[in-house]
Amino acid sequence: MLLLAAGWWIPFYLLIVVALKPPAEAISSPFALPQHIDLGNFATAWQGSGGVGMGQALVNSAVITVGSVLALIVIGALAAYGVARQEPRLGGVLYIAFVMGIIVPTQLGIVPIYVALRHLGLLGTLAGAVLLYTGILMPLSVFLYTGFVRSLPTEYEEAAFIDGATQLQAFVRIVFPLLAPITGTVAVLCSLIIWNDFFTQLVFFGGGINNRTLPVAVYDFVGQYETQWNVVFAAVAISLAPVLAFYLFAQRRLIRGFTGGLRG
Amino acid sequence: MPSLLSVVLGLLRLRTVGRHRRRALLLWTVPGLLLVLSVHYAAVIAGTWYAFTDWNGISTPHFIGLRNFQQLFHDQGARTAFVNTVILAAAFVVLVNLFGLIFALALHRGVKTRNVLRSAFFAPVAMSPLAVSYIWQFIFAYDGALNGALRAIGLGSLRRAWLADPSTALWMIFVVMVWQFSGLMMMFYLAGLQGIPDELDEAAAVDGAGTLARVRTLTLPLLAPSVTVSMTFSAVLGLRVFDQVVALTNGGPAGATETLATQVYEQTWIFGHFGYGDAFALLMTLFVAIVALGQLTILRYRERQL
Repeated sequence: MLLLAAGWWIPFYLLIVVALKPPAEAISSPFALPQHIDLGNFATAWQGSGGVGMGQALVNSAVITVGSVLALIVIGALAAYGVARQEPRLGGVLYIAFVMGIIVPTQLGIVPIYVALRHLGLLGTLAGAVLLYTGILMPLSVFLYTGFVRSLPTEYEEAAFIDGATQLQAFVRIVFPLLAPITGTVAVLCSLIIWNDFFTQLVFFGGGINNRTLPVAVYDFVGQYETQWNVVFAAVAISLAPVLAFYLFAQRRLIRGFTGGLRG
Repeated sequence: MPSLLSVVLGLLRLRTVGRHRRRALLLWTVPGLLLVLSVHYAAVIAGTWYAFTDWNGISTPHFIGLRNFQQLFHDQGARTAFVNTVILAAAFVVLVNLFGLIFALALHRGVKTRNVLRSAFFAPVAMSPLAVSYIWQFIFAYDGALNGALRAIGLGSLRRAWLADPSTALWMIFVVMVWQFSGLMMMFYLAGLQGIPDELDEAAAVDGAGTLARVRTLTLPLLAPSVTVSMTFSAVLGLRVFDQVVALTNGGPAGATETLATQVYEQTWIFGHFGYGDAFALLMTLFVAIVALGQLTILRYRERQL
């Protein structure tokens, strides 16, 4: 079993090894450890040439991920609270309205969204991407939050109301902290989805607009450097590094985030 | 100690305020609801309508009825894309669930190395399919790692242009998909296995049942819910494959590895046939929905039988 796992990781091993090699070595002996370490590959990848380098793309991806996740948490938690604490019938209708969005796939709607955002001048902007992803993943966020809120006893909020708190105060000070576990799940799951998403970002940022995000940058980079595997791998390594690092250091949380949604 | 009167007043206040509160809470759902309604519902309805037009993204679209779909059914490229998508998804579902199940069974009991192994197999799931596929593009390249390894162990005659050969290209995409997502299915099955009490299995072992027999007659039936979730999820995942195809072959060689998703992108944004591309998207959406629902019903039915 251990052998199989080791074998499973060969692609990652190759990634690092080839990224560190000077051009000739990469092709002649892919599996061997590098004889000379060439960090120039990473420099080239980071700055890119003409277009956007990995460095800038990484920042862009981080911005839209953080922005969208924050919006998803705030708007989603509020909406879910509104749905979960509602009278049964209305609450049920609202819940289905939100959750149907998970099943309805985005590929069908992407064209009208593209055109609408183009009209609004938001195409290719980071703000537009945040708006888009907040909308796309809202059903998921509300779905996760509502299930959790429904399982929370109402005593805490009721006690706060008796003490004269407004709904908002009760929510912010009492309910939201209690939602911490599911907030973690929403954050991890949505972050991963947005960070790795390619199709939507290709449509949104592709075509020569300058604000590229990581997946699109990698795609363009490979298109430019094609068979220079060492440089290409340096770029790929840069794009995978954040997730890989996060994974190695916080596996438990990540896995819990992923599977937390399973149970819920 | 609050007096009886104040408690009663408090309760009364709760009753009336409750209704006001609930109505005010509706406001909180509005932003989220607006976003969902526009991004999901309105867009999908618009997209469905555009599928029946000849829109090119710039000039006004004209309604052309089913002409897009007629074109779809007669176009060789579209048919190839459809067949590829189905083959890829079917093979993917079978193998990824098989591996996931085997990994889960193997890791379910092991003590020391279990967490390391679990992390090792799950790692690819968190990575970007695009980035990961580029690594595999190198592995499959003619001067890449796989051929290099084959030559090194003396099987040089088996070397191929894996990605440039129409007969093998699709299967290379399949390999990458299975490699990346077996870990996810493993997680689904591990969660399911945890719900099965150990005593049942141990009792069967004591009664003399061999491992394989135990798995088949005891574990698998009890895992039925996990199988349902896992197979449906992997089916939807497989049918939507996009990143891997773009990275590994970009639909080549000569359109041999196109899938429904890549065709949607190509037709809409590269060729500018927004209406035609939307027809593809509509077809793909319907197909995925039918497959997902079909799988769910069949598997739920078998679940109940077991």
